[in-house]
Amino acid sequence: MIKSKGEKVYQVVINIILILVTLSMILPLVLLFMCSITDENTLVANGYSFFPAKIGFAAYAYILQNYATVLRAYGITILVTLIGTSANILITSMLAFPLSIDRLPGRKIFSFFVFFTMLFNGGLVPSYIMWTTQIGVKNTIWAYILPNFLMSAFNVILMRTYFRTSIPATLYEAAQVDGATYFRIYLRLVLPLGKPILITVGLFSGLGYWNDWTNGLYYITKSSMLSIQALLNKMIQDIQALTSLSTADSGALLSLPAVSIRMAIAFVAILPILIIYPFLEKYFASGIMLGAVKG
Amino acid sequence: MKDKTRKKLKSGQMKQFIPLYLMMVPGLLYLLINNYIPMTGIVVAFKTFNINDGIYRSPWCGLKNFEYLLTSNDAFTIIRNTFCYNVAFIIVNNLVGIILAIMICDVAHRGLRKLYQSSILLPFLVSIVVTSYIVFAFLSHENGMFNAILQANGQERIMWYNSPRYWPFILVFVNCWKGVGYGTLIYIATISVIDGTYYEAAALDGANKWQQIKSITLPFLIPSAITLLLMSIGRIFYSDFGLFYQIPQNSGTLFPVTNTIDTYVYRALISSGGIGRSSAAGVFQSVVGFILVVLSNWIVRKSSPENAIF
Repeated sequence: MIKSKGEKVYQVVINIILILVTLSMILPLVLLFMCSITDENTLVANGYSFFPAKIGFAAYAYILQNYATVLRAYGITILVTLIGTSANILITSMLAFPLSIDRLPGRKIFSFFVFFTMLFNGGLVPSYIMWTTQIGVKNTIWAYILPNFLMSAFNVILMRTYFRTSIPATLYEAAQVDGATYFRIYLRLVLPLGKPILITVGLFSGLGYWNDWTNGLYYITKSSMLSIQALLNKMIQDIQALTSLSTADSGALLSLPAVSIRMAIAFVAILPILIIYPFLEKYFASGIMLGAVKG
Repeated sequence: MKDKTRKKLKSGQMKQFIPLYLMMVPGLLYLLINNYIPMTGIVVAFKTFNINDGIYRSPWCGLKNFEYLLTSNDAFTIIRNTFCYNVAFIIVNNLVGIILAIMICDVAHRGLRKLYQSSILLPFLVSIVVTSYIVFAFLSHENGMFNAILQANGQERIMWYNSPRYWPFILVFVNCWKGVGYGTLIYIATISVIDGTYYEAAALDGANKWQQIKSITLPFLIPSAITLLLMSIGRIFYSDFGLFYQIPQNSGTLFPVTNTIDTYVYRALISSGGIGRSSAAGVFQSVVGFILVVLSNWIVRKSSPENAIF
């Protein structure tokens, strides 16, 4: 194909615009990192900047020294993400698979039961009262795992559609002729063949758990139970949230690099996502496209 | 005899489904607890709630909570903010998303195209709390980058977190930064299934780039744009709690331009004696939201049945 002059100009123009857009997407994250490695006194004098006059690692040193708070918060986030995501994949697929079997009696009623939750919800107040007074999740790890994030109707429907369209029904019939029960079919056929959708749902669920701060805001009052996002949320209002539980004595308050440490903890919170993103990017992208094609 | 075998067959058939029903139990139970029980709890909006009696035994109070909500100035502000921000978000994000998608799909260099596509989705993965820290790095009064730049140019520092007039733009911008990648990917998916021969034929006929976009790409994008639009209309009285709570860092001076139904519900809930107002606002949101979702889906089903969610 011969490229016309107009086509060449067009290529240059769109590439320039898109490079600017790409920079605007990435640079804020770079700024976060630069702020976290700026010398505290330089920060106080010059403010946050891409090109700090002096680099300093006081914030990270402080985190390492007073590791208990951040490490505990990090541990809670990791634990919640692992438990929540595995349970989410399991529960979602165990509900989606039966709903994908056309000949299951009552399938339509159950589908509607799932679907209706996407149309109507009781809102925050009744949920809050229920989780705190009747179920008593307050200040436990379950406060992060159970409310809202364990399973979404949207994912159930997404998965059901995938099972129905991507796994041929003849496979099930053949397995049944061989005497396999539906439970066996689920374990031996559906889970292996549905791997792409399981990964996609797991990824979004994991991202949801990792980034969630709302359950921490609603249900956690004890500072030793804060997840990393909940800790960051608390630190916006009150930097003392960090010092009040530091492992060192109260003298540590004086040496707290208050300005840079917020940024350091924020950066530590997104670091795992930045690391895994390049490897899992295609699953995120295909997940979004899948959800858009048919809910 | 015949009847008997059919009956036997039927109960035999039912038996094979037992594992399926059992598998559904955890998921259905979760929806029952997480979704359906709170739905019955909306009656709390018509009650004077006290913690000892719980939702169901607290005394009824009729529409008092709603009266209280509607006679305060807050009702108008939060409904206006929720609605207007959503309209701005829908317009800006879809417009920018379509433009970016068209440009990204036209990029000839494969590697660059991948790079643009990946980087545009990156902010989508950053938590809203971390985003608020990034915004703080730009806008902080004492240490923010913008104020440092202003000062270096001999201008006055701006108290960003105390100046409501900037916030509609800041919030629309932050929302676009964070969310535009999502829409862009959907539009890229739509564009990439367009048959390339259309463009070749158009180019042979001497159509320039803009004519090709106008007559081929855009008509293909319109159905998905309309579907996305109608879906967002269904959620027009819902707001992203994180965006409106975290990014302005809960600054009271900014409430006139940052308070939405969702932030109001939360703040009223944690304030003493606010549970009535909070639940009334919540019920308003749920009921109007329900009507709008059903309505918008009904319209989608009329215009493009394959895109309807039910």
